[in-house]
Amino acid sequence: MKQFQGRVITPGEVTAQAVVTTQGFNTLASLQMALQFGDKDVKCGDQNNEELHGKPLINKALCLPQTIGSTTGGLVLYCACAMKKNPACMLFANHIDSLAAAGAVLSDVWVDGVTMPVIDSLGDEFLSYVKDGMTITVKPGGIVEVG
Amino acid sequence: MILTKEQQAILNGEKGETLAKVMKTLIMYGNAFEAEKLVPITSQYNHLVTSFGLKVMSPVYDLMQQLLEAGVASGQKFSVDPRPLDKNVPASFLQNLVFNKFMYTKQDFYEKQLEELGLMDKDAFSCTCYMDEVGNKPKKGEVLSWAESSAVVYANSVLGARCNRNSGIIDIMGSIVGYVPYFGLLTDEGRKATWIIKVQTSKKPEAQLLGSAIGMKVMEDVPYVIGLDKWLGNELNDSACSYLKDFGAATASNGAVGLYHIANLTPEAVENGEKLIAEGAQEYVIDDAELERVKKNYPIVWKDPDAAPKLCFIGCPHLSLSQLKDWTERIEGSLKNSGKKKIAIPTVLTAAPKVLEKFEKTDYASRLKAMGVITSYICPLMYMNNPLCKKMPVITSSNKLRTYTSAKYYTDDEILHAITNGGK
Repeated sequence: MKQFQGRVITPGEVTAQAVVTTQGFNTLASLQMALQFGDKDVKCGDQNNEELHGKPLINKALCLPQTIGSTTGGLVLYCACAMKKNPACMLFANHIDSLAAAGAVLSDVWVDGVTMPVIDSLGDEFLSYVKDGMTITVKPGGIVEVG
Repeated sequence: MILTKEQQAILNGEKGETLAKVMKTLIMYGNAFEAEKLVPITSQYNHLVTSFGLKVMSPVYDLMQQLLEAGVASGQKFSVDPRPLDKNVPASFLQNLVFNKFMYTKQDFYEKQLEELGLMDKDAFSCTCYMDEVGNKPKKGEVLSWAESSAVVYANSVLGARCNRNSGIIDIMGSIVGYVPYFGLLTDEGRKATWIIKVQTSKKPEAQLLGSAIGMKVMEDVPYVIGLDKWLGNELNDSACSYLKDFGAATASNGAVGLYHIANLTPEAVENGEKLIAEGAQEYVIDDAELERVKKNYPIVWKDPDAAPKLCFIGCPHLSLSQLKDWTERIEGSLKNSGKKKIAIPTVLTAAPKVLEKFEKTDYASRLKAMGVITSYICPLMYMNNPLCKKMPVITSSNKLRTYTSAKYYTDDEILHAITNGGK
């Protein structure tokens, strides 16, 4: 088991299985089709992301460097949370980007009954260590355990 | 974050609970970037990304309704991205059924919300709101609360305005309170380039391919592009602005670029030159081979990679008036060379309603129509985002459309050949 220290964007504690992308996570391309057409597993729809394409994202610990793409990204994430179809947590190796931050904050402030901890600045080592299927535990204070 | 008395009062709920939540959202958003303060928005208009009444986006419309019911309308009028539906664009019975009865059932409701919230006018639907015809063109140095990645990167880079890559909803929240957090592309430091891009191609690079290559390499960083002025010149004329519009859209969608500098061309690069390059900037050289490599690596997502195209979209982001005229001439010329009068693949050229209105007053419009080409104000991306279109072989010269949908990317020359001669 290895522990990483990050920065809390939105708080919470959770344990979930990791899904990992080492390239930018395109929120619109990844989530829109699944949300729109009721895919209960919320499989990633981004054909440009070989690591994630077709993998379920709901209730997973999404490990990523940052998000990219359309500025609808934040509201797509907000909708995913409001519909309870969100990842269990989002763990960023890099500093969070503006679209993901917007999605995290909107969900935290405006959605009742859903907690999606978002931690950033976990470092490059986090993303090279964590692999699909590993168990992730998000603890208070931005601590992320990978085991 | 240090707040003024007025900002603190809003946060404390002195102007109502809903406005306090809006302020809290903007502060938390700013805190994620260590913003020290909120600064006033100084542009005349805002631009919103959410133009579509998608049933699945109900949480967004519920939130908008909360804002309306609390009486916290936008302090600025705004334009918004293109409408998702247009009867002019070919669609099968089944597609129409899905669009109208399943997907966009909230469209009328949401457009009414937009009017109440402060839509500029009924035709203010375009991703290229900065076109003269549309009238939402910020000035250099103005602070914006815009969303829409292609519009933000254009406003920052070509117009010299200051705007972060805000998400939908955050965009309107900024103009509700009149402030945005001060960080990133609003600051001088955040506008410095951390990449030097050396363009060393043997001909003018395809705008959307060059943008894609740079976006995928630099992600959200700021590139300083050297060598492109050789092909674009040193004046921000119609042709250069149209090129940079398409280039920027590709950098923003294939990566997350919010600002680029083009040496000797874009305003801040002309003013400050290489002083804009941050210490330790990385370097990326782009030549013909690199562009070819990038293009070859695009995934082919059609079920039958050799299928004959059934539809072609040109204009994501929306075309300028000069681009509409240029495409008319190019299609005419190509058809003439191949001894044909009509295009071989149904083709849609998209532009802002007000650009189309102006285009319709020129003789180009009837010439384009005579060749079988359709014009529309639609958002091709919204048209394509459903499983029915996923099975449909659509071609496009837009790298943004390629990124988000199953449309296959062709260069402008390849598109021209395909639509005038048929085939793949």
